[in-house]
Amino acid sequence: MKLPAIQVDDLTVAYDYKPVLWDIDLTVPEGVLMAIVGPNGAGKSTLIKAILGIIKPLAGTISIFGGSYSEKRKMVAYVPQKGSVDWDFPTTALDVVMMGTYGSLGWIKRPGSKEKKAALEALEKVGMLSFRNRQISQLSGGQQQRVFLARALVQNASVYFMDEPFQGVDATTEIAIINILKELRKAGKTVVVVHHDLQTVPEYFDWVTFLNVKKIATGPVKEIFNDDNLTKTYGINYKVAVKE
Amino acid sequence: MTQPQIEIQLIAAVVAVACAIPGVFLVLRKMALISDAISHSILPGIVLGFFITHDLNSPLLIALAALTGVITVVLVEWIQKTGLVKEDTAIGLVFPALFSIGVILIAKNANDVHLDVDAVLLGELAFAPFDRLSYFGMDMGPKSLWIMGIILLVSLILLFTFYKELKVSTFDAGLSAAMGISPLLMHYGLMSISSVTVVGAFDAVGAILVVALMIAPAAAAYLITSDLKKMLLLSVGIGIFSAISGYWVANLLDASISGSMTTMLAFVFLIVYLFAPRKGLIAVLYRQKQQRTEVSLITFLLHLNNHSDVNERHINHLQEHINWQRVRSQTVLDLAERNNMIQIESDVVSLTEKGKEFTDLALEYIITNKDEKIEHMKDDFFLFRG
Repeated sequence: MKLPAIQVDDLTVAYDYKPVLWDIDLTVPEGVLMAIVGPNGAGKSTLIKAILGIIKPLAGTISIFGGSYSEKRKMVAYVPQKGSVDWDFPTTALDVVMMGTYGSLGWIKRPGSKEKKAALEALEKVGMLSFRNRQISQLSGGQQQRVFLARALVQNASVYFMDEPFQGVDATTEIAIINILKELRKAGKTVVVVHHDLQTVPEYFDWVTFLNVKKIATGPVKEIFNDDNLTKTYGINYKVAVKE
Repeated sequence: MTQPQIEIQLIAAVVAVACAIPGVFLVLRKMALISDAISHSILPGIVLGFFITHDLNSPLLIALAALTGVITVVLVEWIQKTGLVKEDTAIGLVFPALFSIGVILIAKNANDVHLDVDAVLLGELAFAPFDRLSYFGMDMGPKSLWIMGIILLVSLILLFTFYKELKVSTFDAGLSAAMGISPLLMHYGLMSISSVTVVGAFDAVGAILVVALMIAPAAAAYLITSDLKKMLLLSVGIGIFSAISGYWVANLLDASISGSMTTMLAFVFLIVYLFAPRKGLIAVLYRQKQQRTEVSLITFLLHLNNHSDVNERHINHLQEHINWQRVRSQTVLDLAERNNMIQIESDVVSLTEKGKEFTDLALEYIITNKDEKIEHMKDDFFLFRG
């Protein structure tokens, strides 16, 4: 049997004594484009951070293609929330994208011309090549998000985790981003996206996980993206169901 | 220049460089206050180390004091983690407590210890050349030059080796952690090197002024450049300049060397704060003024765009209708004319092709906030630079 891209078993994460994620079991097959949806405080970002080893869980195991995260680290790329970094940091768009290569370089080794070339290609892919030498605070919100996406592309991973890549971006950028995500899926990559806009879930994604501290449901959008699961997740009657 | 004079300047410059390097990362990590905390709370470490070694320059004393510095950081984080008080409160609680222990220890043992609170707070660079290192009877130069030199060397080696790691963990701790570059390790590494530097420098410039040497050059450089490498180089340059010019100011005024160095730092920062090309106060004020004019320009162009009859576009009418003062109208008209956006024929203003195109683009940008199409306008107009 083919190994799932991501396998989470009995994951519990608590901040102090308050559980943020409670006994999560989750299997994400390889090659899906998956949205994680849920209300604020549902633990969506926390789930990603726990999978990536940024937050230490209270209990549970996580595996990426059958191995621990630290073994498979180089197969994983991560786009944190745009708001989590200081965009006044003295650096350029190109330099931020180059940071994507630091993981595969490992400690101490410096990025060279090979890494620079990869970074320039990634910038080109997100349509930001002409901004490569722009200081990052001089970019618009959408452009900053594209730089982040380019940084993930340069990681050349098998699994991509993105924390709200559509937050605060203009429509053009949103389309540009989703096209790249769909391209990644076409190339057989697995993409996990924390997503807020329920309306676009059926259009953008083929897999979905409903999360609200506990896992409500996970599976193909066509099968499980319905009023029932939305109501269970958000606690109010939801009527955005998939149009047949 | 006499030899002690050269040596003092050399020590001052080395101290300034050694402080400036960790200072850059402290400023970028918004941890400037932590350097203040460390510089005070190492005191009990120094006093205890002095009791054990009876030598202010002993490596053991430096290690012990640096350890107190790291303990300070740990304590601050620990108090903060309880969620009962905020970070600045936690800092304010920890370092006076540790510092006061040091003060009491000095006071209790002041009789037999060559260490007083004044020297701790302000340092005394002028005496540095008299405490010399000798090796088999050979004079090797001032001890503090050796100590700071070694600290600086270690600092530089670490900076060159872990530059990439320092950068990514400072900019994006989440990505850094996900990539296996532990932000925690980098954090405590930086805290350790900062503590060691503070301990080494405190003998020369004292606990209070060492903070200025760490923060001011980095803060000034941050306003000048938007490139981390240049920021580091500029900080080093500003540090050296302030140290040496400060020495000569002290010489001239017959005042404290460390005090003059810090005054120079403040002076350099003030100059940068006022005149920095993009982030300086004058540049910001100029930009705001330009933006106001540009808003007026667009308002004016829109008016022209919306009205086709001659009456509405007569110069006198514009003045009355838009209700601007004469000077402002003139500025706006000049700006529009200079950019070939309008033409004036017998006191009637009309948009040129270029003016029309500009107005349409500006209008679209204001409505949609999409800035792809106006990229080329950003160089000429502040308004579109966000």
